[in-house]
Amino acid sequence: MLEVKDLSLSYGPVNALSSVTFSAQPGAITAILGANGAGKTTLLRAITGLVRPRSGMVRFAGEELLGRAVENIARRGVAHIPEGRGVIAELTVEDNLRLATLWCMGRRERQGAVEATFELFPRLSRFRRSHASTLSGGERQMLVIGRALISRPKLLLLDEPSLGLAPLLTAQLMALLRDLTVGTDLTVVLVEQNARSALSVSQNAVVLNLGQVVASDSAAVIAADSGLRHHYLGF
Amino acid sequence: MTLPVTQELSMEKENESWLRRLRLPNQPLARHLIFAFCGAGILFLVTSLLSPFNDYEVGEIALYVVALAGLSLLTGVNGQISLGHGAFMAVGAYTVALLMTHTQLNFLVELVLSIGAAAFLGLLIGIPATRLKGPYLAGMTLLLALALPPIADKWSTTFGGDQGLSTTVPTGPGTINPEEWLAWIQIIGALITLVLLANLLRSRFGRSFRAVRDDEIAASLAGIHVARTKVLAFVISAGCAGLAGAFLGLSTGVVNTGEFPLTLSIQLLAAMVLGGTGSLMGMWWGAVLLVYLPQWSTSLSTHFSLGSGASAYLATIIFGVVLIVVMIAAPTGVQGGFRWMWQHIASLLAGQHATSSSASELSDDAVQSLPTK
Amino acid sequence: MSLFINISLNGITNGMIFASLALALVLIFRATRIVNFAQGAMGMMTTFIASSLLSQGVGYWWAFLAVLTIGFVFGALVERVLIRPLRGKSELNPVIVTIGLLIVLEGLAGAIYGNASRGFPAAFSQSGLSVGHTKIAFSQFDVFIFGAVLVLMTATLVLFRATTLGLRMRASAFAGEISRLLGVRVGLFLTLGWALAGVAGSLAGLLVAPTSSFGPYYMDLILVYAFTAAVIGGLESPVGALLGGLITGLCISYVGGYLGPGLQPLGALALLMVALMTRPEGIFARPTARRV
Repeated sequence: MLEVKDLSLSYGPVNALSSVTFSAQPGAITAILGANGAGKTTLLRAITGLVRPRSGMVRFAGEELLGRAVENIARRGVAHIPEGRGVIAELTVEDNLRLATLWCMGRRERQGAVEATFELFPRLSRFRRSHASTLSGGERQMLVIGRALISRPKLLLLDEPSLGLAPLLTAQLMALLRDLTVGTDLTVVLVEQNARSALSVSQNAVVLNLGQVVASDSAAVIAADSGLRHHYLGF
Repeated sequence: MTLPVTQELSMEKENESWLRRLRLPNQPLARHLIFAFCGAGILFLVTSLLSPFNDYEVGEIALYVVALAGLSLLTGVNGQISLGHGAFMAVGAYTVALLMTHTQLNFLVELVLSIGAAAFLGLLIGIPATRLKGPYLAGMTLLLALALPPIADKWSTTFGGDQGLSTTVPTGPGTINPEEWLAWIQIIGALITLVLLANLLRSRFGRSFRAVRDDEIAASLAGIHVARTKVLAFVISAGCAGLAGAFLGLSTGVVNTGEFPLTLSIQLLAAMVLGGTGSLMGMWWGAVLLVYLPQWSTSLSTHFSLGSGASAYLATIIFGVVLIVVMIAAPTGVQGGFRWMWQHIASLLAGQHATSSSASELSDDAVQSLPTK
Repeated sequence: MSLFINISLNGITNGMIFASLALALVLIFRATRIVNFAQGAMGMMTTFIASSLLSQGVGYWWAFLAVLTIGFVFGALVERVLIRPLRGKSELNPVIVTIGLLIVLEGLAGAIYGNASRGFPAAFSQSGLSVGHTKIAFSQFDVFIFGAVLVLMTATLVLFRATTLGLRMRASAFAGEISRLLGVRVGLFLTLGWALAGVAGSLAGLLVAPTSSFGPYYMDLILVYAFTAAVIGGLESPVGALLGGLITGLCISYVGGYLGPGLQPLGALALLMVALMTRPEGIFARPTARRV
């Protein structure tokens, strides 16, 4: 389980996060919602160590994450799909996948894991030797999810995965996320501006505004609160 | 008995305007000229009190200020790095020497032509330089510094070969020492250069320089002709180096390629960085370093009984260390350090006086660390 | 005609040396986006160490290996101590630091070893081989130069293309942050890039020393020629370094042979300017979108 407590972070004089507190359960999807500039991306970056907060606590599976190096956090089973997806365009699709396994698998196991990923995303196997720069938006999305999952993470953080995706693909993506969490102990934290589709698959939701938590409850409750929806979520 | 309110107010006004008049005038030109004249007065006094050798050194400091000010403008204000300013100095030096050897032109004309020759080379280099970013420009200017001196060796009959060409300082008025007279010439040159550059930086040209440094695309969207601005900065900077080179040739009496190795260009960079990239007045610190470091390192090496050959190399080592340490620890140089201290003191005294700009030096520019591109 | 052939052979051999130093520049630029202007001086320093070892009776090949290893360590040290602290700030400050390092190393070499021009032995005979009845400007030592640089290039390409180590190094260079998120110790691989560059630089220093006036400044021109070569090939391409090296070597050789050796740097400057004006990203550029 992921616990975030009183996380505060500033970029110079600007408070990006103010005392953010929430938790995310395994086997469930927790949505982080809010308008642009609410601090959602900063929150994820703070959890995975890309930025250092001023104060607060981040604990996952009983271990403190704050202050650790980014690659060490990743090696603790934390997978982060950043904003813009983060496909490494200069490498092939296959190399993108292999890269994610280098710290935890030997050659035989890696072979198997890569093949399993291509079974999960058959469309990708056509491009396995091509540079990732040749992929379309939806294919890139598949690649980065496959890359994030290949090392069998315990915590999966996604930053606006539906950005730039056609609605059909977004629906497929959300369905995939739901399938990943049902009956497993994978913790998923999903940052989304598209609150509607996020709420449709999440169990819990946290709403941020200007760096502060304005609501934290089950997804059903948040979705039913029309005042909240209009004010912060745009629908 | 209290005065009527209107009388009180007008008395306050009188006191205020008297106080305000104590500050320097607001126009930059007037301010700069006042500083220049004060500086000239101080320096003339100093040189008349010093020995001829020390006069020579003061003159050297002044000439390096000219070169460094130009470099500071190019790199600090306009964001173009140059590792080849020794080459521009060489052009200025050789031009003045050639003119003195072969013609009977007026001294001032010869200086102007030296500036012009170096500026012309600056034009030739500045044009391709507009398309180059940081490391590429650094590499090209580095190659320039290495490519130019061998030309003089190749055509050694014209350029005097190993022995070089000689220069003559024009005789001064009255019974003044030749060293003192030369120092005065160099000091006047430095002060004129500083005043001109300071005014330039305050003008719209200065704003264009800075705009281009900070963001070329934004600058061109704002209507600034980016390429022309960059070439202008190069030409001015090269001209300054040319004048400095001519002065150097006069100081040493002889101009040959041995005076302009690659290390000179790098030492200029180090001196500029130490003084404060982008600053003008900070260049005095850099110039002092350039003139006195060789002596200090000689005494250091005798103190530690290193070999005689070691002292020249010790100076080089120290320049390199200065460059590295300043870049890592204090990229804004000495002048930036002073500015930081001054701001700290000013904020401690806050509330008593508005932080007046009257105490600032000729350069009001924020001292920059090196540009990011 | 035979003059032309000899000048061309000379150019190709020199070009190989430029290529190896250019490879060092490429490795560092790819990894950390910095041009290491001190790379030549670093090679000079390690070659001076080799010279000391040789004068103490160490066998040539032992000294050779030792110095390549020292180059490896030196490269890693410079990255850790001087370059790492500047990570993230201005892109130009680390370049200036390498310039400072350049003169520090030259000063140190001069202070420690003195200014007297010393010779450096060549591993093989430097007299021209014979083709038929004529002697050509290609000696056993030149064959060695060819071989050594080709081995270096091949090893580098194999490393990058075919090993997981190379994959991590490429990923660290192309996308540092993403790679960290995937568990790659990016810092380590950037240091490794500098270390390998140190080896390439040391090799270049050793190959040049026998044929030049071996003193603290002898690598200055080689560095700027290597820079020209790297720019021509594209600062991110090892194969480009080889091609650029050959082009630069030939060009310099023709200028030197037909116009005089003093004009070689000027010829290189002209070549560099042409390259930068016509195709600044190099022959083997990676197509990247322009960031506006």
